[in-house]
Amino acid sequence: MTAPAAASPPAVEFTGVTKRFGPVLALDDVSLRLAPGGFHAILGENGAGKSTLVKCLMGYHRPDAGRLLIDGRERVVVGPRGAHRLGFGMVYQHFTLVPSMTAAENLVLGRDDLPAVVRWDVERERLEAFQRRMPFTLDLDRPVATLAAGEKQKLEILKQLFLGRRVLVLDEPTSVLTPDEADQILGVMREMTRQRRLTVVIITHKVREVLAFAADVTVLRAGRRVGGGPVDGLGRDDLVRLMVGAAVPPPAPRAERPPGRLLLELEDIRAINDRGVLAVAGLSLGVRAGEIVGVAGVSGNGQRELVEVLAGQRDPEGGTIRVAGEPYRRTRRQMRRHRVSVLVEEPLRNGCVRGMSVAENLALGNFDEPPIAAGLLVSRRALRAQARELIARYRIRAPGPDARLETLSGGNVQRTALARELSRRPAVLVAQNPCAGLDVAATADIRARLMEARNGGAAVLLVSEDLDELLELADRIVVMFEGRLVHETSREAADVHVIGHHMASHR
Amino acid sequence: MTPAVELGWWGVPIAVVGGAIRVSTPYLFVSLGETLTEKSGRVNLGLEGTLVMGAMSAYAVAYLSGSPWLGVLVAGLAGALLGLVHGAVCSLPRVNDVAVGIALFLLGTGLAFYLGKPYIEPSAPRLPHVSLGAWSASPQVRAALEINALFVAGAVLAPLLRWALRSTRWGLVVRATGDNADAARALGHSVAAVRTLATVLGGFLAGVGGSFLSLYYPGTWNEGLSSGQGLMAIALVIFARWNPTHCLWVSLLFGGATALGPALQSVGITSNYYLYGAAPYALTLALLVWSSSPKQALAGAPSELSISR
Repeated sequence: MTAPAAASPPAVEFTGVTKRFGPVLALDDVSLRLAPGGFHAILGENGAGKSTLVKCLMGYHRPDAGRLLIDGRERVVVGPRGAHRLGFGMVYQHFTLVPSMTAAENLVLGRDDLPAVVRWDVERERLEAFQRRMPFTLDLDRPVATLAAGEKQKLEILKQLFLGRRVLVLDEPTSVLTPDEADQILGVMREMTRQRRLTVVIITHKVREVLAFAADVTVLRAGRRVGGGPVDGLGRDDLVRLMVGAAVPPPAPRAERPPGRLLLELEDIRAINDRGVLAVAGLSLGVRAGEIVGVAGVSGNGQRELVEVLAGQRDPEGGTIRVAGEPYRRTRRQMRRHRVSVLVEEPLRNGCVRGMSVAENLALGNFDEPPIAAGLLVSRRALRAQARELIARYRIRAPGPDARLETLSGGNVQRTALARELSRRPAVLVAQNPCAGLDVAATADIRARLMEARNGGAAVLLVSEDLDELLELADRIVVMFEGRLVHETSREAADVHVIGHHMASHR
Repeated sequence: MTPAVELGWWGVPIAVVGGAIRVSTPYLFVSLGETLTEKSGRVNLGLEGTLVMGAMSAYAVAYLSGSPWLGVLVAGLAGALLGLVHGAVCSLPRVNDVAVGIALFLLGTGLAFYLGKPYIEPSAPRLPHVSLGAWSASPQVRAALEINALFVAGAVLAPLLRWALRSTRWGLVVRATGDNADAARALGHSVAAVRTLATVLGGFLAGVGGSFLSLYYPGTWNEGLSSGQGLMAIALVIFARWNPTHCLWVSLLFGGATALGPALQSVGITSNYYLYGAAPYALTLALLVWSSSPKQALAGAPSELSISR
């Protein structure tokens, strides 16, 4: 272990931090002060510089300017191992566990003083003794690939504690957890800070978590510190205004309308995932015209496979899909005839061609129809004209229709994919995590577009890991767990805690 | 049926077993080397070239020095050098390891043919073997149980490698690098260095496998020596699910398939000889088709491999 178990965490002052990536100023004279045993939140939107700041602290990036004082002594962090020696540990947003290894192997692997030959009997005893002192326990022999997201998060935290870290940075720790799991884990962390066993820093864009758990907050916007201090003196609106820099746009208006006829029907859909395991296990669901049905669930409960089946990217093992009462075979011709649009998750990886231009990506759905198709050729002029119109209508920020898609920001890639799908005036729209990773303005914009489609009479199936999104948009919410729907509630009766309970299953 | 024919038919399985042990050795070394390399998250398709280069250099050195073991060592070092080239080139940004592997495959075989021209005629000392068949009066059994020393080394190495991947720091780091490069980076390890080292060691093993071809069986140096065994060994890694002990069993299976043709010939079945000669290739194809599925990823594949992404 790198630090004696009894030592209290150090006081950390990281001041005047500036970091450039090429022409981009990612951090501009930012300071962060961590009291020993504090629970500190770094709040900001995506791209505000939160991760860059802590990665400088963790030795991942070398800041261009800035000094680090630990218990009043000046220190320099050299690489991740240097940070480990100072007692700093980080749980990354994308887990850095090794999926094919067991929990025990992952715990031991992190040791900086890992011996050349690992004596598993000795390590086992140590791990078990360690687990007895910890607030949560895990089965050490299970491969990480079989753990649920919440268990992986716990394992990551256990790993940092096992390695004797005194200052623990958690990057968006609750993005993959149910509300109950999030409260449990953050509650345990807060308890450990109160016992002065640990200093905790969480990076988040969720104001609720800051208010509920943190003692101090630093708010970043566009690479600058725009506010912060003890959380006690701050309210929700203050924090949102600091973070966004403007008032948050109000949610899109919901037209009161009775649900129309049944447009999308799924009956007993079954699909296996890439590992050959049944991921969608007999799912039946109907979506009517003019309603948004929200599918809630923790990531990895078959949502991805379900959407892939609907998009035609994965063949189901069984079940039927009907659109407007007719069997639907997911061919291009049928997608057109029934006006079915699917907005897949992570479109840059999954639903667009990154090396093609924005105009070409916008035309992927209709380049083979007039006016863009001119005989066997594609009319570049019609292609560009369509792109210019959609870029303006959907406020896509791009250098022009000929810019390569991969040069756009995440929000604008998402807007491009959404523009392509919505411009076809879909009767059935399936969207998965449409606002993941986007800033407040882009999120509000995209949610408004989905609501607009619903108000216009489309049947919308919204699969999302963000409960707040579902509570804002959906007319009905169903909960998906291990490939099945385990709960259904109307918008009026929806209760976060009941839904969260079902997301974690009724085991 | 005459007694002689009866004995002859019994000779087929005996010859297949003996052949399996003999022929499997290069498969075993190349597949162990490739398993190690792939566990670190990189593919080296150049091992066919490494195998041929190892065969040539082993033969040349054994002939010049008179010591077959020195030949084995030099073959390993030549393989390590090719591995180092592969590892170093692939550490550059945006280099595709499959393309580099194919280039090195061609470079290795070409270089071996070029440098090996003078050694086609002379004869080099052969590697020793252990005779386990002295108890039997039958010459076929005796011949089958002449176990070559390199096979013994490989058979020990397979479980050793499996243990090392599980219970040494080095093994855990290699697996972490192959399965989640970000995890290895977060632990402060250099992904490029780990992969390069694993490729160098993999190349060393493939080179040693090559020395077997020229110094034991068939035991001469010529340009048609390998006939794609290095490539088949790479396919075999997939079938062995990246498990070193499985590499041993699968190599024996492939060795047995290769020995089928000569074994049948020895009892007088000479028709369709070339068809039997194709048995290992057909087996490779059949096993890969059987063990693959369009619907699911390969179980056990290191997730950083470019073939599994």
